Amino acid sequence: MATADRITRRGTQARVLPGRKNPRAKIAVPGNRGIKVVRAVTIRKPAAELYAFWRELPNLMQVIHHPVTITAPTRDESHWEVSAPFGSVEWDAIIINDEPDRLIAWRSREGAQVQNAGTVRFEDAPGDEGTEVTVALEYNPPGGKLGAAIAKFTRDSASSQVYDCLRRLKALMEAGEIPTTKGQPAGGPQRVRKGRK
Amino acid sequence: MKALVWMGKKNVEVQDVDDPKILRPRDCIVKITSTAICGSDIHLYNGYIPTLEKGDILGHEFMGEVVEVGPEVRKLKTGDRVVVPFTISCGKCVHCARQQFSVCDNTNPNWHLAETVMGFSPAGIFGYSHMTGGYAGGQAQYARVPHADVGPIKIENDLPDEKVLFLSDIFPTGYMAAENCDIVRGRSVVAVWGCGPVGQFAIRSAFLLGAAKVIAIDSVPERRAMAEAAGAFTIDSGADVMEELKAHTGGRGPDASIDAVGMEAHGSAYDEVKQTLKMETDRPFVLRQALRCTRKAGNVSVPGVYSGFLDKMPFGAAMNKGLTIKMGQTHMQKYMQPLLKLIEGGKIDPSFVVTHRVPLSKAAKAYPMFIEKRDKCIKVVLDPAT
Repeated sequence: MATADRITRRGTQARVLPGRKNPRAKIAVPGNRGIKVVRAVTIRKPAAELYAFWRELPNLMQVIHHPVTITAPTRDESHWEVSAPFGSVEWDAIIINDEPDRLIAWRSREGAQVQNAGTVRFEDAPGDEGTEVTVALEYNPPGGKLGAAIAKFTRDSASSQVYDCLRRLKALMEAGEIPTTKGQPAGGPQRVRKGRK
Repeated sequence: MKALVWMGKKNVEVQDVDDPKILRPRDCIVKITSTAICGSDIHLYNGYIPTLEKGDILGHEFMGEVVEVGPEVRKLKTGDRVVVPFTISCGKCVHCARQQFSVCDNTNPNWHLAETVMGFSPAGIFGYSHMTGGYAGGQAQYARVPHADVGPIKIENDLPDEKVLFLSDIFPTGYMAAENCDIVRGRSVVAVWGCGPVGQFAIRSAFLLGAAKVIAIDSVPERRAMAEAAGAFTIDSGADVMEELKAHTGGRGPDASIDAVGMEAHGSAYDEVKQTLKMETDRPFVLRQALRCTRKAGNVSVPGVYSGFLDKMPFGAAMNKGLTIKMGQTHMQKYMQPLLKLIEGGKIDPSFVVTHRVPLSKAAKAYPMFIEKRDKCIKVVLDPAT
């Protein structure tokens, strides 16, 4: 029931990548336990350009505000390391569906600390609005009561982090830069402003 | 450098702060030669704009000389003389492409604050709280200007600063307010509430756009006199404004009304009390009056700044009379070049509005003078060199 799986089923042009066994057999977020986040922005750039940026996964380090390291040992495999209050969280991910200029779907590999799966879709917006970029992310935090508490706490934060990433992607692709005030002068109690990077 | 810093409600100071640096490749640094205090700075000074923080540098009407440019700046170079618009726009998003520059998608680093309150985030603004970006303002000796190729307008004549400085805000703001009236040349009657600097430019712009008559409303005699000098008929806001407007429009009422006052209108004890008790964010006395006084099927144009939630709006009057309400922060880049042409062509000399010239070092004293309208103060220009 991973989001990627759903899209595979729905999308007529979806293809199983060569050398990979049936991706439906390996569900990243089993059962109905996952937390789902869907966020979208419209970017005034062609879908092909946005897809090309996203497809080089380490590019995402430019737009994810939270400290993250992404490496891609092969074109379809990636390693993610995200710093968290209690240490870092790491996982390997694999691209399970790739429709050039339209869609990228991924899921975490078995053994991930936080199982997750997601898709990003690039679709023409009406008229001259640009391209609608929609991310659907599903993740399964560790179980137990603590896990439930973390889940409740992180639902909003995951949602806002996905959105923040999309907002920064939009600024970078459209305006060429992400706005900032970090490092500007300020007076009184602030001295150098603690603006956003 | 020296800069005017907000240190809490009704408390501003000139302090020594760090010089600004280039932070993004499309930035430039401007050495400021003239800067001004805006009526909308009153809302900041009085503490009515949320997300302003102690230590923030105020000011959004400034001009000067480019002293440094980032590596991606193409049109501007060191030594250029520029007027900087108060809004920051990327020039590339769909709103900029549609000339809706003040609602640019990509220049507010604190979009989350704005979206929480307003649903969507408008453009970044210099020196106007963190909800609109938290950018350090221009009541200072230097300022960092993002998207330097999109905002600042080059001044290639030798007109003095005072004739071009107000292209930074109040002239385009008054002009857009008049444009939002959909004036029919030779026929429209326009009523302007508030004869402060934006109101003065709205009055003159309404005439430039062909208004048959402009009626200006204010309680301050010298401000009414300045409006009369432009050809407006004036009404003391203490009078029965509705009756006066009807009497001077053959009973029709004004075809369009401009609220050049905004959230801190005087004249309503109800709103003064509610705003003080934080039961209301704004004092929309003028807007209510404008909605009621405007002619059927007329326009109401709102350049005055509102920040939050407005009480007791006569929306029934607005709906049943079929009014059109137009508003917004000014789409600066759409207006700066054509208005510069009007100044260069001698059609208007914006320096008429200046009543006080004050060194930046004395700016903290100029704020209360301006706000309390002491010494017939209408517009203060600050000199950063002194």
